[in-house]
Amino acid sequence: MPTVSMTVNGKQVSGEVEARTLLAQFIRENLELTGTHIGCDTSQCGACVVHVNGSSVKSCTMLAVEADGADVTTIEGLAMDGDTLHPMQEAFRDNHGLQCGFCTPGMVMSAIDLVDRNPNPTDSEIRDWLEGNICRCTGYHNIVKSIAAGAAAMRGQKAAAE
Amino acid sequence: MSATGIGASVKRKEDFRFLTGRGNYTDDINQPGQTYAYILRSSHAHAKIKKIDTADAKSAPGVLAIFTGEDMQVGSLPCGWAVNNKDGSPMNEPPHPPLAQGKVRYVGDQIAVVIAETYAQAKDAAERIVLDLEELPAVTTVDAAIAPGAPLVHDDLAPGNMCYDWEIGDEAETDAAFKGAAHVVSIDVTNNRLVPNAMEPRAAIGDYNKGTGEYTLYTTSQNPHVIRLLMGAFVLQLPEHKLRVVAPDVGGGFGSKIYHYAEEAIVTWASEKVRRPIKWTAERSESFVSDAHGRDHVTHADLALDASGKFLGLKVYTKANLGAYLSTFSTCVPTYLYATLLAGVYTTPKVYANVKSIFTNTVPVDAYRGAGRPEATYLLERLVSKAARELGMDQVEIRRKNFIPADAFPYQTPVALQYDSGDYEATLKKAMELADWNGFAARKAEAAGRGKLRGIGISTYLEACGIAPSAVVGSLGARAGLFESANVRVHPTGSVSIYTGSHSHGQGHETTFAQLVSETLGIPIENVNIDHGDTNRIAFGMGTYGSRSLAVGGEAIMKALGKVVDKASKIAAHLMEASAEDVEFKDGKFTVAGTDKEVDFGTVALTAYVPHNYPHETLEPGLEENAFYDPMNFTYPGGCHICEVEIDPDTGVTKVVNMTAVDDVGRVINPMIVEGQIHGGLAQGIGQALLENCEYDENGQLLSGSFMDYCMPRADNFPGFQATTESTLCAHNSLGVKGCGEVGAIGSPPAVINAVLDALADKGVTDISMPATSHKVWQAIQNAQMPAAAE
Ligand code: FES
Ligand code: FES
Repeated sequence: MPTVSMTVNGKQVSGEVEARTLLAQFIRENLELTGTHIGCDTSQCGACVVHVNGSSVKSCTMLAVEADGADVTTIEGLAMDGDTLHPMQEAFRDNHGLQCGFCTPGMVMSAIDLVDRNPNPTDSEIRDWLEGNICRCTGYHNIVKSIAAGAAAMRGQKAAAE
Repeated sequence: MSATGIGASVKRKEDFRFLTGRGNYTDDINQPGQTYAYILRSSHAHAKIKKIDTADAKSAPGVLAIFTGEDMQVGSLPCGWAVNNKDGSPMNEPPHPPLAQGKVRYVGDQIAVVIAETYAQAKDAAERIVLDLEELPAVTTVDAAIAPGAPLVHDDLAPGNMCYDWEIGDEAETDAAFKGAAHVVSIDVTNNRLVPNAMEPRAAIGDYNKGTGEYTLYTTSQNPHVIRLLMGAFVLQLPEHKLRVVAPDVGGGFGSKIYHYAEEAIVTWASEKVRRPIKWTAERSESFVSDAHGRDHVTHADLALDASGKFLGLKVYTKANLGAYLSTFSTCVPTYLYATLLAGVYTTPKVYANVKSIFTNTVPVDAYRGAGRPEATYLLERLVSKAARELGMDQVEIRRKNFIPADAFPYQTPVALQYDSGDYEATLKKAMELADWNGFAARKAEAAGRGKLRGIGISTYLEACGIAPSAVVGSLGARAGLFESANVRVHPTGSVSIYTGSHSHGQGHETTFAQLVSETLGIPIENVNIDHGDTNRIAFGMGTYGSRSLAVGGEAIMKALGKVVDKASKIAAHLMEASAEDVEFKDGKFTVAGTDKEVDFGTVALTAYVPHNYPHETLEPGLEENAFYDPMNFTYPGGCHICEVEIDPDTGVTKVVNMTAVDDVGRVINPMIVEGQIHGGLAQGIGQALLENCEYDENGQLLSGSFMDYCMPRADNFPGFQATTESTLCAHNSLGVKGCGEVGAIGSPPAVINAVLDALADKGVTDISMPATSHKVWQAIQNAQMPAAAE
């Protein structure tokens, strides 16, 4: 079995996987980071979104071996010190952007990538961006609100840092 | 109102764990020594099992065992509600084995289970099982299933594929009402079949402990105690005290996770055989063919009206598709949760309904968000709008003319239910204001200038939830009580644990229920923990469905809290040397009227557990109370939904541009959570109206079996919603709450379709079926404009 090594949430990890093992499975099963979810088998739902080298990726569409040497961030790696929520996580809580929580890790990871690319997205840009993220609970209304608020908070944080 | 009490939009306590990836869903759980199950399912809709050869598969790497129906001779998956035929005879109730016996009856039916060291090994080995199946002709639609000579799903156990032929209301009196009618308006509607698709696929872990003889089942369930009862008592014959069912964090349910499913029984049973824990997790394509589907009604209805547009009588004939087997609550959905709602918000004096529920070679059909009530509402609100058009009346006026007035409650309908409260005019008025109903003509003209067809549609509806008074449902055939239980445990330092039989799978109980405690006991919400979902920790529970958590589960908590306050008052009276009758409790403090004596809740709690100075003669130490609450009636949320669409006539592309919902959900504990529930319901309702459809071909192959073929609503399918409440209080529970989980999905589909038909009226289109996809809309425009070509 091939061995893969990568950086996940700032830590160096490695493991033996079958060639067919998906990155999503490696994260959930080998690393026991179960915040990344699997909601479909056709790459539609986005529950599995993580960041690979800074960009959002559906971890069910990537083999673990393809991520060899990559820098991966999962939902568990977002909150600073594991306690202080990332502004996007905070925005989801403040705006009731989640109900059952199953789509949430993917939504948050996807939203952060959107804001990295487009710091001030309009509501319709947010809705378009979420094409690859399905939520069955919220009707998206509060997710859109959360992402707009999270974007504003991320802009504020960036301005403060500069 | 305190910052964390009733009426406050408290941020959810559960969110931190979900937002940081610390949720604990069934598939996140692993047991030492765990093995994995793969279920081999039928790819035929209907076939005789001649032989299943597992010998080669058993020798595949990693395989521990393979079981078929022949090995697993256990009880049938039970149906929880007996519905009688018109003539009083019992329904046909063919057995539902966890692993198929003799025949497979739908694509997805369980044939065998492979248990291996890894999931991949189990799946690989299943490919080596050799099946000898004799394919039989299949039926997938209700009309095909009741046609003479149709293939029989259950052979002589359900002649004519009929489960039951049921009726409600007085047919002769309703006929008489039609005799004097000035107008009769008729409609034929299909309520499209849907796949619930909670984002978390179902999963189950069975774990048998030889040392204690105990079985544990972790499962994605909305009601773990119900699963324990059904699986323990009926399927596997395991006593409750040796069976623990845990439903941890559950990623959405919408009804689909109420039922006791075969996989739960299979992993529990097989874990005793292989003496190792067994995990099964559905892949999404498996969910499509194994989660109970929803809706699937075909209905004809006639409405009699007098010359002024007043409703005189309603006759409804419905054929409901039950799929291949009776799922847990399947039989009550098209009867007691549907036909009893056919009076709607109107004073229609006579209503008669006949429902035939029919077996087909499709996935079992059961409750999906709203369950029966969306089907009733869709029929009624399409019919009322059609009547307005045919009589040349205004959409709003015809409704107002027939509303049950706000001063008429309690109101007895001709179809069994007695509504306790409501004000349909109030919700209508507020919705029309919010939606700027009167400004519609200008918006339509503006859209026309852009080449778009703009339409507005309305739905005024009610539903029955807060399920349910046990005695009433028992008399109607329910095989269970529908009460709820709660336990309030006050700890020595004054913090509180609540153990509730309700189950949260997105509804936010950990917050809403904690608000009840914070308000009642005057303690900070941080000092309250809500526990649910484990039959070993929670005394009993009937779970969460039918918008019952607050109206039934919340009331049980209130009742138990009342007992705690009673006992605490006695302890406080002792401490203050007063009589208990003189003690008042407010904002967490006990006082004696007319004195400055005061003792706080924390001191009383501590005294209960350190009872040095204590009325031992009359009171036990400790501060913990249980309560069971059985409601007096259903609750009746209702309201008004208004939808505006814009259609591009060249492409048929239909966009919802405005969606307004004003719902009467009774008292609102947490407005933020209530609005979120309504948003989610609206998305599912609009999804049903415009996007979603579960489709089989005539051989019983599921054509919409993945997210590529089944159109799940995405963010860009919706506008922002205007959702708010305008409440009257429930008259028969202490909180005055009604329920908010399903209203969005119940009220919205007819509002959307009425809007589509309004937009297309000028083009001559008078009917369209759900889902009104772009293609269907475009086709309707073409057909209406080229009548000759369409013929
Ligand atoms: S699990 Fe990756 S997109 Fe659904
Ligand atoms: S919160 Fe449940 S799927 Fe999005």
